Amino acid sequence: MTKRKNENSEAETNKSGMAITRRAALTGTLAGVGALAGAALIGGGTGPLIKSARAHTGGSADRPIKLGFQVHRTGIGAAYGRWYERTTVAAVKLINSMGGIAGRPIELVIEDDGTDPKRGAEVVEKLATKHNVEFIFGTLFSHVVIGSAPRAGELKIPYFVVSEGYHVASGMLNRYVFQPGITDVRSQITAISSWVLGNLGKNVAMIYPDYAFGYNHRDYFSAAAKAQGGKISVLLPIPPTETSYTKYFARIPSDTEVIYHVMVGPGVLTFVKEMGEHFGSKRPKIFGFLDSLEAVDMASPGLEYLEGTHFWEGMPRYAGGIDTPHERFYRQAVGVNDAGASIQNPKDVSTYSHMFGCWETLFFIKDAVEQSGYQDRSPKDVARLIETSEGFQWLNEGIAHPQGAKKFDGRLHQCFGPQFISKVENAKLRVVHRTSIEDGLYAPEANYTKQSL
Amino acid sequence: MRRHGAAKIIVLHLGVIGLLFLAQFFLPAYHQSNAIRIMVLATYAVGYNVLMGYTGLLSLGHAMFFAAGLYGAGLTIYYLDFTPLQGVGFGILSACALSFVFGLLALRARGIAFLIVTMMFAQALFLTTLYFNEITLGDQGFVLSEKLRTMTIGGAVVKFSDPVVKYNFALMVFSACLLLTLVLARSPVGRVLVAIRENEARTRMLGYDTERYKLLSLVISGTISGVSGAAYALLFAYIGSTFATIQYSIFPLLWVLLGGVGTTLGPLVGTALMFYLIDISSDYTSSYLLVVGAVLLVLVLWFPKGILGTLRERWLSWLP
Repeated sequence: MTKRKNENSEAETNKSGMAITRRAALTGTLAGVGALAGAALIGGGTGPLIKSARAHTGGSADRPIKLGFQVHRTGIGAAYGRWYERTTVAAVKLINSMGGIAGRPIELVIEDDGTDPKRGAEVVEKLATKHNVEFIFGTLFSHVVIGSAPRAGELKIPYFVVSEGYHVASGMLNRYVFQPGITDVRSQITAISSWVLGNLGKNVAMIYPDYAFGYNHRDYFSAAAKAQGGKISVLLPIPPTETSYTKYFARIPSDTEVIYHVMVGPGVLTFVKEMGEHFGSKRPKIFGFLDSLEAVDMASPGLEYLEGTHFWEGMPRYAGGIDTPHERFYRQAVGVNDAGASIQNPKDVSTYSHMFGCWETLFFIKDAVEQSGYQDRSPKDVARLIETSEGFQWLNEGIAHPQGAKKFDGRLHQCFGPQFISKVENAKLRVVHRTSIEDGLYAPEANYTKQSL
Repeated sequence: MRRHGAAKIIVLHLGVIGLLFLAQFFLPAYHQSNAIRIMVLATYAVGYNVLMGYTGLLSLGHAMFFAAGLYGAGLTIYYLDFTPLQGVGFGILSACALSFVFGLLALRARGIAFLIVTMMFAQALFLTTLYFNEITLGDQGFVLSEKLRTMTIGGAVVKFSDPVVKYNFALMVFSACLLLTLVLARSPVGRVLVAIRENEARTRMLGYDTERYKLLSLVISGTISGVSGAAYALLFAYIGSTFATIQYSIFPLLWVLLGGVGTTLGPLVGTALMFYLIDISSDYTSSYLLVVGAVLLVLVLWFPKGILGTLRERWLSWLP
């Protein structure tokens, strides 16, 4: 049985479309910093953006722009959803204080999807047809995105997800779906692979969940290792129902230099504890993805064994990882302290590696509306908004994109940004490497622009 | 008298189907799309009701039949270029075959043991969808594009993503399954199933092979659940292992309990009420599941037979 190829797949890779230079990245970064500095001079940090917003109002300034926020308030995504909501509310507050989108204040309509794909599709319908929102955004968990996206396509409503899944860039979804605020997992893995192989070791054992998310890591990291002269000593898929991990550690060859682990779900504490019991002090280097420890205090009992190991971070949890005024402004605006927890409640740890995606997505929508001259959800305006968005190439670092500058690929509807590798020191994460955008680029497999609207 | 009762029943059921047909012309877009979903999911509840309501066998594993229909349709359309209707047909056959094999094995157990066996088998099917991740894409799932949900019937291009087609296809599916259960409930076979529910030992003593009747009931119930799953795949375009989890086995139980156990129209009433209960309460509070729980508690305490079950008991004894 062969898998059906995506109908919109592109046989030829257009590398020229992805070509970027360090100069371009630097120019973008400087432009962002310049905008911030200019804004600070005017006062309030938003001057130039207000001008930009009002330049395209077209006489509809008093009419709010309704944005549907599909959030995981309940279900397995609730911890992420709580912080996605706080980030979104903070971004909306800032944008409204800057004059809104094209002079129109944002009116946020929030619906919980229970982190369930069936309810997710219902929420898309409700937001689009009952609340008549202009766009829907914010969905995180892959299965909810994939379950909801077909309805967004049928209803012809722009759908901006903040999921990091490869499902958008793979071409699986439709032309109405964008992921402009967070880099997809394939790009994340591609970006960090050379550092892991070059600095921790080339003989790698991979431990990952035995389902789709884990397979992304298996396939893309294995490919990177092969291309860079590395070797995968063993692949250890862990069934989702597994509760004990010692038997898997026993299968790791003794000459393994690096354990690459991607554990998600409540078993992570047991996983770390048993890893410590098995390897003790004579352990290989350890590299993991922070997804499983989002919203978890690194000083939690049971995580001591992670001291000295390395993690991928989407955006550094601890202050100083990105030392820019934009990052500090963003951190303050979303109510997060220097340790990555809520300012009000230091025990409430944020999902800092992911939640910036909501913030950046809202600013992407703002730019798309203002540059396209979008007025309402008429087919003509929606088409113009989508085509304008597909024409974006650079998202400059600044207040709107505090995680870093991004390359946007209109064919894939996907952005590519920097990634961070951090080391656990004194139960804190300290950034030791920041990847470039080029590190995370890969040959595109889709082209949404060929789909009709 | 009996003929008069039969006329009322037929008028009621045809009237409900007629109202559902007419609803598409005056319902706003939002409620129209809700109605499509409710009809598809009510079909699932109709299937569940055959086993639980009429035969008295409680299952916590019906998600496996729903998933069999869902994957049977979805995988064949996605990988094997089946037309949408061929895919739906294969999905229904998958659920039918699964329920037959499952019935042969599981009906050896009784009472609580049967309940546990249903749950275990459903869990096994759920894990199977994860195990064959390369094909099913497991928990992440896959979508059927608009192109895959389009076919030509008699020279006309039919798009199952079109709201009018979706509505009327969902209505056809629901109506067919509703009328099938009505015929079943009023047939001699249906009477035997009810007799098994009330007293299996006595029914066996009367000379009926109750095991065969229970197997028949399970196959009908599983197949109708598979019809719903196949229709869901076609109309909502998403196939994922979430639909094989125990949560999706509990849903039809709740819908049937709410609407009325052992009533033909109870599954529709229960599914619609539960849908709007969640939908409306979520507008006012993020703790909407608490509201749903409170309503279910009230129901169990004061209306243990569900809405139509209570109506039948107190005022409308002719309701099937």
